[in-house]
Amino acid sequence: MKITAELVEHVSQLSRLRLPQEEKERMTGELEGILAYMEVLNTLDTREVEPLSHIFPIKNVWREDEVIPSQTRQELLKNAPTGNGETFLVPKAVE
Amino acid sequence: MSEMRELLELTALELGAAVKKGDVSAEEATRTALEAMEEREGALNCFITRTGEQALERAKSLQARVKEAKSPLYGVPMAFKDNICTRGVKTSCASRILGDFTPPYQATAAERMEAAGCICLGKLNMDEFAMGSTTETSFYGPTRNPWDTKRVPGGSSGGAAAAVAGRECWYALGSDTGGSIRQPASYCGVTGIKPTYGRVSRYGLVAYASSLDQIGPLARSAADCAAVLDVLMGKDPRDSTSLDVPAGGLLASLTGDVRGLKIGLPTGCFGQGLDSQVHRAVLQAADVLKSRGAQLIEFDFPVMEYVVPAYYIIAAAEASSNLSRFDGVKYGWRAEGYEDLADLYCRTRTQGFGTEVKRRILLGTFVLSSGYYDAYYKKALQAKGVIKRAFDEAFRHCDVLLTPVSPTTAPRLGESLSDPLQMYLSDIDTVSVNLAGLPGLSMPCGVDGAGLPIGCQLIGPPLGEAVLLNAAHAFQLETDWHKRSPYGKEAF
Amino acid sequence: MTWETVIGLETHVELATRTKIFCACTTAFGGEPNTHCCPVCMGMPGTLPVVNRKVVEYACRAGLALNCTITRRNRFDRKNYFYPDLPKAYQISQLYLPIARDGHVEIETEGGKDTIRIHELHMEEDAGKLVHDPWTDQTRCDYNRCGVPLIEIVTEPDFRTAEQVIAYLEQLKSTLEYLGVSDCKMQEGSLRCDVNLSVRPAGSRELGTRTEMKNLNSFKAITRAIQYEARRQIELLEEGKRVVQETRRWDDNKDATFSMRSKEDAQDYRYFPEPDLPPLELSEAYLEELRAKQPEMAGARKERYQREYGLPEYDAGLITGQKALVDFFEAAVDLGAPAREVSNWMLGEMMRRLKEEGLEPRQMKLTADNLASLIQMVEEGVINRNTAAKVFRAVFPDNADVRDYVHKHGLEQVQDMSLVKRTVEEVLAEHPDAVADFRQGSQKILGFLIGQTMARLKGKADPRAVSQEVRQQLEG
Repeated sequence: MKITAELVEHVSQLSRLRLPQEEKERMTGELEGILAYMEVLNTLDTREVEPLSHIFPIKNVWREDEVIPSQTRQELLKNAPTGNGETFLVPKAVE
Repeated sequence: MSEMRELLELTALELGAAVKKGDVSAEEATRTALEAMEEREGALNCFITRTGEQALERAKSLQARVKEAKSPLYGVPMAFKDNICTRGVKTSCASRILGDFTPPYQATAAERMEAAGCICLGKLNMDEFAMGSTTETSFYGPTRNPWDTKRVPGGSSGGAAAAVAGRECWYALGSDTGGSIRQPASYCGVTGIKPTYGRVSRYGLVAYASSLDQIGPLARSAADCAAVLDVLMGKDPRDSTSLDVPAGGLLASLTGDVRGLKIGLPTGCFGQGLDSQVHRAVLQAADVLKSRGAQLIEFDFPVMEYVVPAYYIIAAAEASSNLSRFDGVKYGWRAEGYEDLADLYCRTRTQGFGTEVKRRILLGTFVLSSGYYDAYYKKALQAKGVIKRAFDEAFRHCDVLLTPVSPTTAPRLGESLSDPLQMYLSDIDTVSVNLAGLPGLSMPCGVDGAGLPIGCQLIGPPLGEAVLLNAAHAFQLETDWHKRSPYGKEAF
Repeated sequence: MTWETVIGLETHVELATRTKIFCACTTAFGGEPNTHCCPVCMGMPGTLPVVNRKVVEYACRAGLALNCTITRRNRFDRKNYFYPDLPKAYQISQLYLPIARDGHVEIETEGGKDTIRIHELHMEEDAGKLVHDPWTDQTRCDYNRCGVPLIEIVTEPDFRTAEQVIAYLEQLKSTLEYLGVSDCKMQEGSLRCDVNLSVRPAGSRELGTRTEMKNLNSFKAITRAIQYEARRQIELLEEGKRVVQETRRWDDNKDATFSMRSKEDAQDYRYFPEPDLPPLELSEAYLEELRAKQPEMAGARKERYQREYGLPEYDAGLITGQKALVDFFEAAVDLGAPAREVSNWMLGEMMRRLKEEGLEPRQMKLTADNLASLIQMVEEGVINRNTAAKVFRAVFPDNADVRDYVHKHGLEQVQDMSLVKRTVEEVLAEHPDAVADFRQGSQKILGFLIGQTMARLKGKADPRAVSQEVRQQLEG
């Protein structure tokens, strides 16, 4: 299929990426090449095949409902690029 | 000096035995490795973070309790690929976006190695977020191949393979999503194994493609790999996809007896695009096993053309979701000069990720997006089902499969990145193993005309680690490719 | 033209588990920001989710109680979107195979009985809380709520009025409370509603363009939002304009809905199966076990209260309408208090006091054993009814022990009949006119004389005994 600049723009927006024009053009071409190659899958007859997401048939893996104390807030927040020691901070995100 | 060389040439098990016997102390081994790092890192750049001081401290404390040593790897210095979380030690995934992220938790794999008495020398270079086949996409600069520093070590566990081959450590833990342990092991002339999906806990492994990622060892021999897997394998309650099956006993099971072992050679893996020297070396490896009593069976593997597309669709889709959490809010690097929240996200992610990562994020976002999901993502999951069936069928007649690891030996730096599709296609021999969740092993089986290592891949049925390791062990009893050092015989 | 309103509901209910859905952090409400968190619910790299078994059980039990078909093989999916309240940038939810589907709930309003069909019920994780700080103009992210287990219950567009919606929610709330799977506290956000609403000409079969209203956290807000939004849409259509499909926010203060400005990018959540969580396969035996554990629901219990305790239908309905009232009622009855008495106290004094104090039954301090004691004291004749009512009001706020209270305040009924007799003699002697009136046939004056006697005894006598004594002395 034809990969248009608009499609790359849309996908970039969904991915929260903003490519410079030159990179966007190059990426458009590359993605088109890659996706064209992937068309080969269309020659595979999959009418009788279920999509397989988990390779092994394991199921019902769960834990009991028991509280386990975690790290301290200080430890959990120490990697934050900005913060006030209690919360993470972002530019205005609430209406 | 030559004593140092000799120590560095030991396998992990040999060093472990020497530490246990008292011939060498854990501290001496660690110092030797640190000296080697000092000498070679300038040329190789295997490490992103070095933890020499902690390693020496750790060696001292381990040495004091050497009598209690249970694991044959007790006191042996090693290193982790930098996508395996280590408490208190920077874990970067070779990406700018993780900045100086220092996890407040330990990966289960690291926890288990620690309990077995490993000494961690640091964190190893890799392709950014394990996306790449050359270790050139690292934010921290490329790693170079110890056999020829103008060449790449392979990837994405290139730092791990180069550090083991370059005698900077005795073994390393890498991760393999589409060949990231096996291919660099092959390019660097070391032995590496990707276990069955679910054999080793992924808890603390920064996810690239969750349904394909596995942690595994890179080492100097199949026996070393067996010893590491004996420590790593087993159910982890923190990883729901880890398998609840008996583990351990691999090292003890290595007999080298391959009589009657049915080895399948899929014809599709020996066709077009395969370097003739690689072709020859891999077939010779098959013959070596045959000479020890194995039986070779050529068979048709009809799904080869689908494996790369299916792999890249699934891996990119999962990656696009897994990497969304890197947004400059909770940890890692945050771009400057943003105007609002959306701008913060876009700037941080656009500047924080490298080109290859962005390419896969875009690809993955596209194949999951509304209107394209069925044609690409769902189709790829169906193809995965077909590929699994093809392997099931193969294992009805064969005990293991033998193939090349990569169509060529290590390329020169800068050669691969220009054409992403070509780079993806070079993964053709390894990605199917991840799609089917199978164990796959890479072992050195020759060199090309330029003296570069060639790797041979063994693929086993689910949970078939023992068969693979035993076949590799048999091969290594018969040959010495795995013992060759890039520093040559002049070292001795 | 007459218009018909068509409403569908999406209700998020927080499950009353001890720990979060995918990690072992506490779900306790409140707490300092980011103190009920761990690397998993904070979405740190390399961490992995592990399902809380209780969440699956609770979701199944809710599904069964809402007459759903349980999806024997169900699984989780990822819903991807960027927002700072979602640290992984995806929410683990269920799209393709939700745990329960195709249920129904019977409701009753003044308009009659109706069946509301349940489209599906699925499990998912809650997001964090964002608080904007106007001083620094930054938003603070608190992840304590991240990973708190939710079920989302989606109905078919079967509602036509706000009354039906409220009746459904009351019913849902009661069912979930009976099951014990949620405490349904709307003020704490453990039951939240999104309302999908459209209007169409009466008699039309086609659905109009709908809007979705979020942020509705009280029955009052839901009712008003429905009324407002229906009117808004009808006005638009009558003016020849069209309704835009969008998400609107209900503003409680302004009593109106507002368009939440939709970003240029249309939402595309890119759902796909969660690779970190293997599917759930629920066996028939497992479901059978859960069915056996299901408690008696409101309807059945109401009938039983009428049958077993002889409560009037209305009273039985009021008590069984709220699980907290049921628990109180049954606890008191179990202590031996007569059911009718308990019911009368609860629906009389207790409801009045709750209303006055603006409390929910479960917030009340008064305990069933204390009420049972009070009832017993009346039965034993230790205090009379009037005193009991006063005592009830006095102990209600802090649940002070009724026996201690009566004793401390000397409220015991006068048991000494000679004192009653003496007091009546005094009263009659002091009111010769009244006595004369009585003798001339005025029965009314009797009440006056009884009242005088009771007053002199500070209200602590048994009124029946006083009345009898007054008559006896007058007629004697």
